Amino acid sequence: MLTIKDLTVKFPSRFGDFSAIEGVDMTIKPGEIHGLVGESGAGKSTVGAAVIGLLQAPGYVTKGILTLGDTDLRELTPAQAHEVRGDRISMIFQDPQTSLNPLMTIEDQLVETIQAHSDASKTAARRRAVDLLEDIGIQNASQRIKAYPHQFSGGMRQRVVIALAICTDPEVIIADEPTTALDVAVQSQVLDLIQQLAKERQIAFMLITHDIGVIAQVADRVTVMRKGRVVETGATAQVLGAPKHPYTRALMDAVPPLDRKIDRFRVPAVDDTAVMQGDTAERWLLEGQQHCLTGLTLENLTVTFAGPRTSLFRKPSPYVALEDVTLTIRPGSIMGLVGESGSGKSTLAKAITGLVTPTYGAMILGDTVLPFGASRSRHHPSRQLVQMVFQDPYSSLNPRHRIGDILTEPLWFYGFVKDPAERVSLAASMLSLVGMQPDAITKYPHQFSGGQRQRIAVARALLARPRFLICDEPTSALDVSIQAEILNLLKELQARFGLTILFISHNLAVVRQMADDTAVLLNGKIEEVNTTEAVYESPQAEYTKLLLAQTPVMPKSWRQ
Amino acid sequence: MIAFLKKFEGLWLFVHSPSAIVAAMVATLIILGAIFASWIALVNPYDLASFSLFDGLLPPVWQDGANPKYLLGTDDQGRDMISAILYGARLSLIIGLSALTIAAVIGVGLGLAAGYYGGRFDAVVMRIADVQLALPAILTALLIDGIARGILPAAIQQDLRVAVLTLAIALSLWVNFARTARATTFVQMNKEYVQAAIMMGQRPSRVMFVHILPNILGPLLVIMTVDLASAILLEATLSFLGIGLPADSPSLGTLIRIGMQFLLSGEWWILWIPTLFLIALVVSINILGDFLRDIFNPRLR
Repeated sequence: MLTIKDLTVKFPSRFGDFSAIEGVDMTIKPGEIHGLVGESGAGKSTVGAAVIGLLQAPGYVTKGILTLGDTDLRELTPAQAHEVRGDRISMIFQDPQTSLNPLMTIEDQLVETIQAHSDASKTAARRRAVDLLEDIGIQNASQRIKAYPHQFSGGMRQRVVIALAICTDPEVIIADEPTTALDVAVQSQVLDLIQQLAKERQIAFMLITHDIGVIAQVADRVTVMRKGRVVETGATAQVLGAPKHPYTRALMDAVPPLDRKIDRFRVPAVDDTAVMQGDTAERWLLEGQQHCLTGLTLENLTVTFAGPRTSLFRKPSPYVALEDVTLTIRPGSIMGLVGESGSGKSTLAKAITGLVTPTYGAMILGDTVLPFGASRSRHHPSRQLVQMVFQDPYSSLNPRHRIGDILTEPLWFYGFVKDPAERVSLAASMLSLVGMQPDAITKYPHQFSGGQRQRIAVARALLARPRFLICDEPTSALDVSIQAEILNLLKELQARFGLTILFISHNLAVVRQMADDTAVLLNGKIEEVNTTEAVYESPQAEYTKLLLAQTPVMPKSWRQ
Repeated sequence: MIAFLKKFEGLWLFVHSPSAIVAAMVATLIILGAIFASWIALVNPYDLASFSLFDGLLPPVWQDGANPKYLLGTDDQGRDMISAILYGARLSLIIGLSALTIAAVIGVGLGLAAGYYGGRFDAVVMRIADVQLALPAILTALLIDGIARGILPAAIQQDLRVAVLTLAIALSLWVNFARTARATTFVQMNKEYVQAAIMMGQRPSRVMFVHILPNILGPLLVIMTVDLASAILLEATLSFLGIGLPADSPSLGTLIRIGMQFLLSGEWWILWIPTLFLIALVVSINILGDFLRDIFNPRLR
């Protein structure tokens, strides 16, 4: 039984001590999966690190009680703490790519860990390693154990990480975002495994995640954190279904449901910046060709890349990223595009924008055929008509340019506004249109949060007077509450300015909220295209059914 | 004041790093001395009339037989050591800085373009750089010096010594810039802001110099400081080998070469004082370079 009482962790800095977490209380019984949710910066990971004694220097526990069974974790000497780590408390990290040593076989890594915590002989340790891998569902374990991590798929690798965590029979496992880097199908397997381990081995899990769906699916109890403090704790069904604290309620409002479409998310108005103004920008946008809606048709679009070279003298065999993609995006509609990582979603976006050259097929924007890749001239009208909002707001804005420079660039580049002063005032007005303070214009990107930067990125796209907007995972780097704000913004702008949008996401629930039509992509091929309603309510393709079944959601019965 | 320092991380780290402060002080002192050499120096070592053979081989003031007028003594020609060093440092710094500028312009330009265009252009530029790197810097410099001697008419050779030396050093240093610029450009090319700029249809030169260049300046600045030290050393080495500057317009390297003759003759100061001075200059510039690297690499903080 893990008991945490009044735990406070501070990080000294040259601006004075900063409390990462304050007065956190939590108990986890054997066999219980305890979810820990909160947005980035809430201090979730710090709780886990404090329990296992791996706080990043210079952080330290200032007060509170941390006990595991009868052991006071705060009183341990470094040597004793080292004994407890791995033996009684284990950890599962987010990224299975980096938490395994790429130069050691799976066997060596498991044997090393087992021997470090017991006197088992090498053969006994090896036998135990094989048993463990079989237990957690790796077939042919006795042969596959000789493999190196890169020979395993992402899900298999995360299983190996879990095997490493349980090989010493720990009492507590801290899982820090264990499924965030995985696709839904793999995620659901890993979550099943965690549930099974908790039940069969009576291991207490601290499951740290930002994904409410994951919590809803596996956690017995849940603790909601915000800004280093616990806001609410209790049984999962109660906390998620009937939240008491206003913050939890707001959080739940922002979670996009999979089974229905809500028009606009309920977003608590933090301050008046969220109000959309900017009449000048709105008038300017409507002056453009806003009356004519522009659709996009893709015909048999195929993209191949050079695959890995197998011989010095042979041409590498091509790797097909997109195969015969035929898709019609109706003028003025939002087309959702879902698929797992590597399914070719981003390649499609890049082909449309000319960053990638397709091998054959056709792309027709409105009534003009788009030239492929490098053969599209720098002055082609589509360069202005098609704009993109990128996934990572931290890299999509040039860190060395002021917001004003970033926003006015499209205005002079496309020759819309000749007068520099007018450009600046239009950019400022556009900032208020996307819900930002116009004074942001003199600042640099790093002075803004991820959500604010994404608003700026949307403003930049709009300042090109686009007719067709590609949003490539625009919210996947953002917290749910921020995601809700950005989705609301996009919906609002689409409705006002008649944009046609290609909305790419791996998150089915988000696409359901946004899209009129939905296309499902698997290994570069379209599995299914239909209206969003039809795709979600009566999926035709097997793959779509599987995706929908495996997406973790909150049971309907929990909702008040 | 403290609040101001805290706001600028680099300054804050600077005032907390004693080695960086000392290095900066030494370097500033030397550079100021070099800039104002004609005002500070007792005699002009380039002007044969301003010193006299009668003052030759005087030891520094703390030794017997010294003339208090010459604090660090004089050489065999009667040149005041301090004056010779200040003028020498000026020449060394001028050559080092101009060679560095030329190397940076060539290297960053080629490296940026190689990273931006990739493919065949990148391969060609980088293979040239590899060949360049396989030749020791001194050898490259000797080669260029030899070629210049061969093709330039004897009459203007003396006048062009400084220019040839600068070019020789620049050509052996550009590879560092090209490699770093290329590697960092590759990283930036995958950033979405660069893709956004390309997507808009901006000219390649604008993408390279307006968008990418400001974002790769940090590592390039570090290379610049470290390479400034190499450039000065290279110049000293070449002059020491006798292919740099002649004895009547001595740089630091020339002074050390002249001093070599007195290594075992008791007049130690003629060799050791310019040598120590060169070491102080190069070490302090290197420490500053290391410090800059720490600032620009957040992982080392």
